[in-house]
Order: sequence, then C-alpha cells, then structure tokens
Amino acid sequence: MHYPGAPELLRPASLKFILLTLVSGLLLNLLPWYGLTLSFRPDFVALVLLFWAIHEPRKLGFAAAWIAGLMMDIGDGVILGQHAFAYTLGVYVAIMLHRRIQRFTLWQQASHVLLLLFLLQTTMLIIRLFGGGVFPGPGYFLSCLTGAMLWPALSLLFLLPQRGRPDSDSVYSAGNKGL
Amino acid sequence: MDHQAPPFFKHGPSPLARFVFFASISLVLMLLDARLNALDSLRQIISVAVAPLQRLAMTPAELLDRTGNFFVTQERLQNENAMLSQRQLVQAAQLQRMQAMQAENEHLRKILSVQQRRGESVVAAEIIYTGRDPFSQKITVDKGSTHKVQAGQPALDDIGVIGQVTQVYPFSSEITLLTDKDQAIPVEIVRNGARAIAFGHGQDGALELPFMAANADIQNGDTLVTSGIDGVYPAGLPVGVVSKIERNATFAKITCTPSAGVNRHKQVLILIGEVRRFRKPELNPAGAGTTGGKTPASRKRRP
Repeated sequence: MHYPGAPELLRPASLKFILLTLVSGLLLNLLPWYGLTLSFRPDFVALVLLFWAIHEPRKLGFAAAWIAGLMMDIGDGVILGQHAFAYTLGVYVAIMLHRRIQRFTLWQQASHVLLLLFLLQTTMLIIRLFGGGVFPGPGYFLSCLTGAMLWPALSLLFLLPQRGRPDSDSVYSAGNKGL
Repeated sequence: MDHQAPPFFKHGPSPLARFVFFASISLVLMLLDARLNALDSLRQIISVAVAPLQRLAMTPAELLDRTGNFFVTQERLQNENAMLSQRQLVQAAQLQRMQAMQAENEHLRKILSVQQRRGESVVAAEIIYTGRDPFSQKITVDKGSTHKVQAGQPALDDIGVIGQVTQVYPFSSEITLLTDKDQAIPVEIVRNGARAIAFGHGQDGALELPFMAANADIQNGDTLVTSGIDGVYPAGLPVGVVSKIERNATFAKITCTPSAGVNRHKQVLILIGEVRRFRKPELNPAGAGTTGGKTPASRKRRP
C-alpha cells in the first residue's frame, strides 16, 4: 500500500529533462501576460527551480538558478540581479529543507512551496524598496498562491518520466504496484 | 551543513558557500546596475539569449491574433475602410496646411537665426509586453537598435506622448511611460503658455505638476503640451489634461490625466531623429548651460 511520505523509488532525472523543464518555465513566464492575468501569473521559473532543488538537489546547481534569474531580469526589464538573487536564495532554502519537504504529501508540500514563493516575492520587494520603488499593493503576492496551487499538478507531471514502466525483472517493480 | 563530510563523499563547496558566492555576485550586479548603469554590455549579451525565447513566447498570441483577423466580417472591413479614407482626406488637408506653415516657420527661424529644429522621422513599433514589472511603468516594443532606436528618444501614439525609450536591445527596447515615478517631461499650458514640469505618479496612471505656486494661473481642463525646451520631446505634442487642483498649501497640488493611452493601441511611434544635446549657446550668453543627462528631469532650465 502507498501511504503518504512513503519513500518512493524513482529513477534519477536526466539532465536533458531538467533543462527542458527550465526552458519551458522561462517560456511560460515570458508569455505576453498583462493586467490582471499578470498578477495571477505564477512564477513558473521559480516553481521549476524549487521542484528540482527539492527532488534532485545535487543536479540543479545554483548557477542554473542564477542564470535563469538573470534571464528573467532582462525579460521583465528590472534591475540586473533581482531575480537572480531571489532564485538563489529560494534554491538554497529549498535544498536545506529538501529531505523534510519530500516526506510530505503533495498538498502539504504545496504549503511549504507557498512559503518559499512568499519568501522570493518578499526578497524582490525588499530589493525594489531599497531601489526607491513603491509597494504595488497586496495583489503583488497573488502569484505565490497560484504558484502553490500548481505545485501538485507540476509534481505529478515532472515525476512522470522518472516513474516510467519498470522492467519486469527489476527489483523495484514489485514495490511500485500500489501506485 | 553542520557536519563534516568524509573525504570520499566530497561534493565541492557546501550549499551555504555556493549561496553566499552567487548572492554576493547578484548584489554587486544590482549595485552596479542601479547606481552606476555600468552593465549595458552584459545586458546586451543576456538579451541575445533571451530574445529567441521571447519570440517563441509571442507566437501563440500572434497566431491567435491572426486567426482572429481571418474571421473579420466583410461589413466591418468596409465600414472601417470608409472611415479611414474619410479621415485620411481630412488629414491630407491638414497636412498641406502644416507643410506650408512648416516652410514659413523654417524661413522665419532662419531670419531669426534660431537653431533649426531637427527633421523628425518615425519608426512604428508594436508593443510586446505591457507592465511586466509591478514597480515601474514600462512597456517593451519590438524595435531595437537594429532599427535605429536609441535610448532617450521620445515615443508617441496617435494622440500624444506616451514616454521615452530608456533601454535598447538589438531587437527590442523598453519605453518608460510618462506615468512612471522616475519620469519627468517639460510641459506648457496651451491656454497661457505657462511652463512647468510634469512628473509621473507611479501606479495610478496620473501625472503631477509640482512646484506651481498656489495662485498659479491654471484651471481644471487646461491642456498641457510639450514645451520642447528639453531637446528630447519636440514642442507641441499633447501630454495631458489637468484634472484636479488643490490650492491649500504654498504649492498647489495639481494632478493631470495623460492624453495618450497605451492600453488602447498595439502600435507606438518612436521619433528616431537624433537625440539633440545642447551646445553652449553662442548668441545669447544669458541662456542655459550645457547638459549631460538624457532625461528631462536631470536639468532644470528657467526661462
């Protein structure tokens, strides 16, 4: 029987797949969102980075988070380093907590992710306030909520290639039946 | 990590060390970018990597737009066509009058040996993104340095000024709107020619006229146009309409509504005439001195 937090045996994620998800995250972020949809837009890049920081902390480097952050800085037209700093911070906290977060069910994980995304948004807010910006209103934090809601779906999707169909004579196949 | 890994499990520097490394580079980048504007070449390099992704991200919306255009009814097109040709007729007449006046103006200016106004050529650009950053009022358009767009050039729509180009990439550029907190534009009241500087207000899409005395001759509904004394915006372009005046302090609190709107159209015009820098005037030594900045806010000229 599968129970919440059961250590599930997964294949290691391939680097190609990680890169693919990261590029799709960038693409989704760069879609022409505007107005109300923009404030609801979850930060897909942050979600992807957090996911891999939690599930493959050895494969996703800080460098990837930093470069993706710089690309988002250019894409959004903000000061260089804003997203880069926030993403590296988020990845660091996620890597520190990854063993703990992995044990929870998807929705419980989502609540952790909500806090992590909130941390990211707050970091960027503080950076902008130091730069002389004005707080744009509580709607600024809406994207954390939508991001956390997406987490379970995103986890199922991203774990799909690692689950795969085990070999009939693989030692893992027996334990995977109940899933 | 609080424990020491045995040497055969070494994985390079600890996460904390890596985080501190990348975080400090980011901090240095932010300081350099915000305080010294020293990272233009780095921005250009990254933008080359981001541009294809941006293009790709734009395709679904463009496809949707195109399929939408395909199903436009014949009747609507005919109506639009009739309306446009009528408008063109009206404008052609106005254009002829304007050409005559321009010639006359040039002649008069020559007689007065005043500096010639630059010839203005425009490039039409399409808005790719509006308002990505909740902290500033910027739009991104699809024309960049390969289309002779330069930082500092003014951007207009068919009604009036919308802002100024502030960052140029090879294939796109960012326009800071007049309503941005850090943007300023020298204006003139059409009714009496009084000059002022309009500052952006931030998020609520309004402009402010600070430094106007409480008894200044200004009324609700006054139209503001560019005064042209900054060398960035050509004179006479509509900027806004005064919408609210409070005269209960030393300085009046004057709020204006911008005339042009970016929410209405997809196209903007960028005036790609050379960004004119002031030289030391030779004719009247009492005039203003030299200036260095590109934004009108960086200089205060008193007539």
